[in-house]
This record gives sequence, structure tokens and C-alpha cells, in this order.
Amino acid sequence: METLDTLLLSRIQFAANISFHILFPTITIALGWVLFFFRVRFAQTGDEKWMASYRFWVKIFALSFAMGVVSGITMSFQFGTNWPGFMETVGNIAGPLLAYEVLTAFFLEAVFIGIMLFGFSRVPGWLHMLATGLVAFGTTMSAFWIIVLNSWMHTPQGFEMIDGQAFATDWWAIIFNPSMPYRFAHMMLASFLTVGFLIAGVSAFRWILGDRSREVRAMLKTGVAIGALLIPVQIFMGDLHGLNTKEYQPAKVAAMEGLWETQNGAPLVLFGIPDEEARTNRMAVEIPGLASFILTHEWDGELKGLNEFVAEDGTLLHPPVAPVFWSFRVMVGTGMAMLLLSWTAVWFMWRRRALHQGRIAGHWFAVEGLPKPLLWALVPMAFSGWVATLAGWYTTEIGRQPWLVQGVMTTEMAVADVPAPMVMGTLVTYLAIYAALLVAYIGVIAYLARKAAKGEDGRANDMNHSGKAGVMALNPAE
Amino acid sequence: MLPDFANPADWLPWAFASLMGLSILIYVVLDGFDLGVGILFPLATPAEQDKMIGSIGPFWDANETWLVLAVGLLLVAFPAAHGMILTALYLPVFVMLVGLILRGVAFEFRAKARDHHKRLWNRLFFVGSLMTALAQGFMLGLYIMGLEQTLATYAFATLTAVFLAVGYSFIGSTWLIHKTEGVLQAKSVRWGRESLWGVILGIGAVSLATPLVSTRIFDKWLSFPEVIYLAPLPILSGLLILWLWRMLRAMPYAGDARSWLPFAVATALFALAYVGMAYSFYPYVVPDRLTIYEAASAPESLFIIFVGACIVVPVIAGYSVLAYTIFRGKATELRYD
Repeated sequence: METLDTLLLSRIQFAANISFHILFPTITIALGWVLFFFRVRFAQTGDEKWMASYRFWVKIFALSFAMGVVSGITMSFQFGTNWPGFMETVGNIAGPLLAYEVLTAFFLEAVFIGIMLFGFSRVPGWLHMLATGLVAFGTTMSAFWIIVLNSWMHTPQGFEMIDGQAFATDWWAIIFNPSMPYRFAHMMLASFLTVGFLIAGVSAFRWILGDRSREVRAMLKTGVAIGALLIPVQIFMGDLHGLNTKEYQPAKVAAMEGLWETQNGAPLVLFGIPDEEARTNRMAVEIPGLASFILTHEWDGELKGLNEFVAEDGTLLHPPVAPVFWSFRVMVGTGMAMLLLSWTAVWFMWRRRALHQGRIAGHWFAVEGLPKPLLWALVPMAFSGWVATLAGWYTTEIGRQPWLVQGVMTTEMAVADVPAPMVMGTLVTYLAIYAALLVAYIGVIAYLARKAAKGEDGRANDMNHSGKAGVMALNPAE
Repeated sequence: MLPDFANPADWLPWAFASLMGLSILIYVVLDGFDLGVGILFPLATPAEQDKMIGSIGPFWDANETWLVLAVGLLLVAFPAAHGMILTALYLPVFVMLVGLILRGVAFEFRAKARDHHKRLWNRLFFVGSLMTALAQGFMLGLYIMGLEQTLATYAFATLTAVFLAVGYSFIGSTWLIHKTEGVLQAKSVRWGRESLWGVILGIGAVSLATPLVSTRIFDKWLSFPEVIYLAPLPILSGLLILWLWRMLRAMPYAGDARSWLPFAVATALFALAYVGMAYSFYPYVVPDRLTIYEAASAPESLFIIFVGACIVVPVIAGYSVLAYTIFRGKATELRYD
């Protein structure tokens, strides 16, 4: 691993691609449902603020969707260009799962997104609403099949190996493999949290710029509400997922906890620098017994240490410790920041409700209650979901190494025999393009927010007409 | 050419090869026209460009999904061939992916970015479309040459790359003839006329090269009595080309009659050329090296997918038709309302 060989370069390339890719589905999966919510609220109330929210976010949805599609196509080709061994070994399992994703999800999303984006004035309202719902459903189905396959790679079952090839014996067992329900719930919640904080952050940015429109209030409250309500659920779900991992992939949990020796009453390492040479943590700050308590719910419960996963000849059968250890802490830390910030925001908005109760009846929360520093804190948190999601995926994916499919095949077995300089060349190009696109993506979101805050997106007309207002208010070709 | 339908190990690979072939054909026609519109992009004025974008906006996502289905079917039904083909085509695949990324995102960014950034995204939209078309043409050429990588095969692949890009511009022009009016339509007719040569040379080059590269393909076409049965294929293609040539000299017809016809005839022409190629290579999935039967996954796994595909593909076809119906007629500038 010390030299940049084809295996390592291919891994970095795949990691770069999949990291870039996951950013956008993480947004579209939940944003689809939020848009559906906006659309339904508009249909129910006829209140223009919901349609204004819809029109603002549907542009960001379209952009994210396109980014997800093109980076997803890249992934599907890289299976062949860089990892042919994967499909040759487990293709009989992975193939149908991927095929079902394309058949049940991709086409649904890709066809109805046209109607969702450009069909508002061409189709009846119910069909537009249905199209929005179907796109949201499609993104969720897509996530479902991918999570099924990924979970199967972590906790494979329902197959037999014949001549080095996996053959399915029980599809029910393959789909509902032990880690799938936890991973799927964890990922769905991650997506909703990402979108909640994105909406809250962008709306806070518009508020800071002086936007006091009714939709910016509605959006800010929606975003904060999603964040505040779901983050406790996510922490609980994360705990369940951890317990499941401890049962099926104890080496991963040991790396997450930075635990070298098997012990009863294992401490929770708050901080430390894992040293794989010395097989210990340097500068460790620990809370005695807490790791055992979290993972076994007993103060003196036994946890397996990393040293259990070293073969007789010294081959490491556990993942590289430091990246797993750190990713895990970044994820948990971001989650804690989300918890703190969203509930502080809820509290401030609730405290100021009285001021507005006379004037705007039925409002339990007032955006005016948010102090400036809190608004400014929400802005960078717009992308906190990305940080937590990536850190979480690094934890679980690096945590599975050296396996590609746990216990079935190693990552090394799957790599293509492509010259290293060629992989290096494509990798560098991908990285450059991805960096540029990421800058452009965030730049465009900020630009759209600025434009909307100044009322330059045509919103100015909204209040002049009743009911149908604002329908014709968008710039052409936008 | 028909398989034994009593034996799953025989008919399933055949069914999947057909399905994959069909997805590639649909992809080439559908994404062909929107890639073509991208290649023609710099020839139009800014106002016309917005119209051109409008003519493909609601469709391009779904069009590209056929590529995902095609490569997905190759991946799941013929994993050994998938690995062999894609590692051999590592660099052109990479160029195509970069092209697809650039054009896909430029499409969205150009509509949302500041005005002075719009020029950049327009240029990237063109560059991405052209890169994609050239890379696909290059891969087609190498595939025909049996994935051999020599100077001669690269030269041939370069030719097919250019021809395919011009061919895509051609089908793109015929799409624009149907979806636009006025000056832009007149321009599209001219573009169609001027790019028809790419189609003729492309089909000609592939038809000449395939039998020369492989004696197996030579025998398949030019032995008796096959040559009689197969004669309608080139003859029909020739007639279609003549028809297109005559039409494009006279269009647009009064009252915009039959503006859909060039696109329909172009589609028929692409389909004929494609059927000819499919006939040449069948039953090989990697030319002269790996047949679909040798490369196929386990019949049990294929069957699971087959059941799903039988239910879902008609549904996909249904709602694709719905989308094309909703957005029928002349293109307008795209609006999110």
C-alpha cells in the first residue's frame, strides 16, 4: 500500500467518484418528498408561499438531480473499467439488484422529472402533483435497491459459492439481510437531515440578506422542524445500527472505538491518535466503561479488540484504524452540532411566539426570535448533512476493509489490471472536474438565494393576483 | 437464429441480448438526437439556443437512462463481457463519461448561473456533447475491429468517431425540424442536408469494414443464399437515404406538413443499420471471442431479472410515451411553471 499501485489508485478513484455522487442523491431523496409536501400544501391551501417555496427548491432539485445522474452513470461504468472481479464473482447477486434499481427507479425518476420541472402549465394540477410524488418515490426506490446491495456486501447471506462464483439460493434472505433495515433507515434519515439543514441554512441566508417574505419564513421553519424532529431519531437509529454492526462486523466496531485489546468494561475514547505500529492510542482521553455500556448496555460488557483480528502470520484482518476512528468521530460530532443548533433555534423561535400571536394568529414559532449569530451559524450548517453523511459512509466502507464482500472476497481480488499511470491520469481529471463542479454548485445555490432575496426571481408579482398568482412569474429559460 | 425456448440456459441469454440490443438502439436514436442538438449548438444564435434547449429539456434525462439500462444489462447479464469490453475501452469510456458529465450539468447550470457565466456553460454543453459523440463513435470503431488496439484500428475508430458525431448532428437536425419553426427550422433543414453525408459515409464505412475484418462475418453476408435474403437491408437503406435527401431539399413544406417525417425516416435508417450490425456480430458479445452464451450469468439470476423486466419495461414505454405526448408540438423556452 506504500506505493501508488493500481489497486490503491483505483480505490481512491472509486472513493472520489462515489463520494461526489452520494452528495446529490442525499439531497434529492429527501428534497423530492419535501417538494411533494410543498406541492400538496399548495393544493390544499392555495397559499402562494408554498408554490414559491416549490419553485425555488425545484431548481436546486433539478441541478442536484443532474449532478446525481451524470456521476451515477460514471459509477455504473467503473464497475467494468476498474472492478471487473466484483461482478465476475458476485454478479449473480448484485446484477438483479442493480437491474431492479434501473427498472423500478431510474426510469420513473427520469421520465417524471420532465413533467415535474416543466409541466406545471401543461398538465392538470393532480398530474403535476402525482409526477412530483412519483419522482420522490423513484429516488427512494433507487436508494432502497442500492442500500440492499451495499448491506448485502456487509452482511451477505442467502447464497452459495460454486467454483468461486456466488449463486443466489434465497432472494428474500438476500434482500432482507441483517444490516439492511438499519442502514436504509439510517440513510433515509441522513438524507432528510441533510435537506432540513440545507433548507434552513439557505433560508437563513436569505433572511440575513433582508428577505422577509412569507415563503422564507415557511421554508426556514420547515427546515428547522425537519432537523429538530429527526436528529434524535437518527441518534437512536445510529445506536441500533452500531449494535447490529457489533454483531456482524466486530472488527469495524473495534476500529470505530479505537479498542486494541478485548476487554470487559471498555472505555469510550473521546480523543486519541490510533497508532497501528504500536497498537495503542496515543494521548487518549477516555471515559471508563462507557463504550461497553453503549454497545452492550452493561458497564462491564465484553468488547472485542482489534488484536483479535490479526492472523497467525501477522496479516491484518481488520480495517485501517485511524480513518475509521476519525470518520466516526466527525459523524457523531456533526450530529451533536445538529442536535444543539436545531433545538436552540426551536427554543428561540418559540420564545418569541408571543410577540406575534396577536398579529398572525396560530403561529407558534416566530422566525424573528432567531438572534443574528444563530442565523449565521445556520448558514454553514447548510452543508453539515454532507459532512456527516460522507463521514458515516467512510466509517462503514473503510470499516469493511480488507473485504469487498465481507468474508467472501477482498477488494484486491476485484481490481482490474489497468496500468497505474492510466488510472492516475483519469483520477486527476475526475478530481479536477469534481472540484470545479462542486464550487459551481454551491455558487449557484448562493446566487439563486441572493436573487430570490432581492425579489429578482419574479416573486414580486406574487401578491398582485389571487390564487393563480406567480404562475407566470419566472424568467424565461430558467 | 432463434433459440430453444424449452431450455432457459439457451433462451435467457438470447432474450437479454435482444433486450440489451434494443436499449442500445433506443439510446442511439434518443440520446443521439439530443447529443446532436448539443453539437449543433454553436451554430445558433442565443435566442435559438434557448429554443434548442427547450426542444430536448424534458427528455434528455430519460434518454440517457437507456444507456444506463444498456450498460446495466451488459453488466448483469454478461458480466465477463462487461469487464472485457470496458477495460479494453478504458480511455474512450472515460472521455465519454467526462462528456456526459459536462453536458448534463451545463444543461442545468446555463439556465441558473449569472449571465456572464452562461457563455461558459453553453460552450461546455457543446464540448460535452461532442466529446460524448466522438467517444461513442471511437468505441464503436474499436468494437468492430474486435477490440484490437493497433494504429490501423485507431485510424478506423477515429473515422467512425467523426461519422457518428456527424450522424448524431443529422438526427438532431431532423428533431429540430420537427420541434422548431421559422428561421431556426430553415437552419435545421440546412444542417440536416449538410450532415447527411456523415450518415452515408458512416454506414458505408461500417458495412465495408465489418466483413473485411472477420471472415466469419464475410461468410454470413456474402455466401449464397444469405446474400439474397439480406439484400433488402442495404437496398432499403439506400432508398431511405434517397428519400431523406429529396425531402430535405424541399422542406419545410407548406403549412409545416409532415415535419415529423425526417426524424421518423432517420430513425428507420438508424434501426436498419443497427439490425445489420447486430446480425454481423450475433451470437458474439465480444467480437469473435466471447458469445452471449459463454458470457451469460446464471439462468436463475437472469430469470429473476427477466420477470421484472417483462412487467416494468411496458410500463416504462407507457410513461415515456406519456411524457413525449405532454411535451409534443413546437418547443418553447423552458419554464419551471
